[in-house]
Amino acid sequence: MKPPEGTGVQAVRNESGLEIKPVYTATDVESSGGWGGIGAPGEFPFTRGIHQDMYRKRPWTMRQYAGFGRPEETNERFRYLVAHGQTGLNVAFDLPTQVGLDSDDPAAQGEVGRVGMAVDTLRDFEIAFAGIDLNEITVSLTINGSAAILMAMYFAMAAKRGYAIGQLRGTAQNDILKEFIGRGTWIFPVEPSIKLVGDTILYCAEKAPLYSPVSVCGYHIRESGADPVQEMAYAFCIAKAYIDHVLGRGLHIDDFASRLSFNFDIHGNLFEQVAKFRAGRRLWAKIVKDQYHPQDPRSMWLRMIAGGGGGGLTIEQPENNIVRSAYYALISALSGTQTMALCCYDEAYTIPSERAARIALRTMQILIEEMGLCDTVDPLAGSYYVETLTNQMEQRICAVMSELEAQGGIVSAIAAGRIQDVVSRQAFERQRKLESGEIRKVGVNCYRMEEEERPPVEFHPFKEEVCAEQIERLNRIRSERDNAKVAGALQTVRADAKAGRNVMPSIIAAVEAYATVGELTQCLVEEYGRYEEPTRF
Amino acid sequence: MMASDKKVRILFAKPGLDGHDVGAKVVVRSLMEAGFDVIYTGLRKTPEEIVRRARAERVDVLGLSILSGSHIPICRRVKTLLQEQELEDILWLVGGNIPDQDHEELKKLGVDGVFSVGTPLQSIIDFIRARVQSGALHYYDGRAS
Repeated sequence: MKPPEGTGVQAVRNESGLEIKPVYTATDVESSGGWGGIGAPGEFPFTRGIHQDMYRKRPWTMRQYAGFGRPEETNERFRYLVAHGQTGLNVAFDLPTQVGLDSDDPAAQGEVGRVGMAVDTLRDFEIAFAGIDLNEITVSLTINGSAAILMAMYFAMAAKRGYAIGQLRGTAQNDILKEFIGRGTWIFPVEPSIKLVGDTILYCAEKAPLYSPVSVCGYHIRESGADPVQEMAYAFCIAKAYIDHVLGRGLHIDDFASRLSFNFDIHGNLFEQVAKFRAGRRLWAKIVKDQYHPQDPRSMWLRMIAGGGGGGLTIEQPENNIVRSAYYALISALSGTQTMALCCYDEAYTIPSERAARIALRTMQILIEEMGLCDTVDPLAGSYYVETLTNQMEQRICAVMSELEAQGGIVSAIAAGRIQDVVSRQAFERQRKLESGEIRKVGVNCYRMEEEERPPVEFHPFKEEVCAEQIERLNRIRSERDNAKVAGALQTVRADAKAGRNVMPSIIAAVEAYATVGELTQCLVEEYGRYEEPTRF
Repeated sequence: MMASDKKVRILFAKPGLDGHDVGAKVVVRSLMEAGFDVIYTGLRKTPEEIVRRARAERVDVLGLSILSGSHIPICRRVKTLLQEQELEDILWLVGGNIPDQDHEELKKLGVDGVFSVGTPLQSIIDFIRARVQSGALHYYDGRAS
């Protein structure tokens, strides 16, 4: 690359392709779009944050991702994290649960309770959340393909314990469109998948207005190879797809938009990430305002969980990941996130140990208690560099969105596999650059040690007996429950799906009768079909 | 024709329920660029589907990408099926999140090469090429199905 004119230094570009100058001045801010878009925290366009006082009032929620084995083991880890000061829960489910299979399904063999908690029926939710005050600790369910069923279980469990659903807070990830791009726990074809997400939004708007039914994930798209600009642009296009869908079913933007949330990834260049979030917050507010005309300013809020960033962590010299995560947490705090979760240093090897999970939690607590991150809102505002980059990132995100919309929008692009193709090509290019050393990665392609130390990683013990015990409970419930009632409830779900009605009420009735994840998924598959993955190269 | 000039056919598969396919797709692309003939199955294929496909496509190499930790039970099943289908000579590679302590057990099951997270792409290519050059690769493409 040609060096910038008049300087003796090498040219530098950030990951999003913007050229970085050696020095920024007020002129750069002005020529990139000016100071006008900065505004005040808590006011449109929310560049500086969605709340006036941000962390002065309340620090971000600390919500480490956790779950493994049976609900008993997961409950134990939940209590451990809460006892150490964690303020929210983020539930990891095993793969059979995520793709809608019961623990005794032949396809679930070897996977039960492995990467998350096994769930078959409402009983598992009752056990997992025992002793946890759902008003004190908000719960986030990382579930997508089978989200409607698992949300129904959460509501049924809360109701059974006497919580008013109308007052219940919490979040479901429930962003199926990104599952087709990365993460891969889709079940149904694209269109009925969107309809199901719509059902949950409509249901929550009416019955659980404080619950966040969807967390739109740029995170996994970035992990799949997208750059920071694409991460935001694709997430916004996906959020708009859900909004357009439910507006088409009669909701008003203010009925639900304030409960939409986002999930973003942090790794790479610090300033690029901070600018990404400030630009994203401003652009999202403008999009909602100009395209959906809300009355309630909260409808324009970009509420988010930001952290991670798995893609930045390495299997080499794993203790370096503790340092990386601390920087990611700093970025997240400087970016005005509502909730933070950090990948643990041992995650490239195993389910995080208690020790690794505690270090991640302490990383966030140190920022809150020792580093002054909560003292003042948006401390990087006014920096020539950050404001210039914020202006430029906003323009780039906008341009990527316009281009995608001109090509027919994100839904058709995903259905045809085009987005998947773009990001996987970029992931390949990135890997190549990592291997050639063009992208520097400490401990990977530079600063390697002659004799790499054996990693000080404690492997999570996977207990083979977990599966047998989970299946035993499932069988016991199947024999004890009122099977005629279950059959009737499943019939209603099928009929509602066939008629295109909202399936949430009938799914809730079915889970209350202890219908299983697999039975309910099967009902929906009969009506909606299964997704066929385009595998293009 | 030199053995090394013959196009090696590879079936690259994602068995089990794991949906993390970034690495799998990166490896597929790099094998294609290296000149191999690669078929990618996509996600969530059962061992039965994978071995059936390996036979139908007459591939010389079978690559599995597994990140969920369920590599041992999956590979046990694949081994049985490869035996049943008389495909034990296939060059069988496994990659993904495979702890060091499991490499030995996978080798005992008949896996020829284990490539954990962090393996440079070139090492996979070199491994296959070395097998081709040493004449150890059993070609399936000429045989009747």
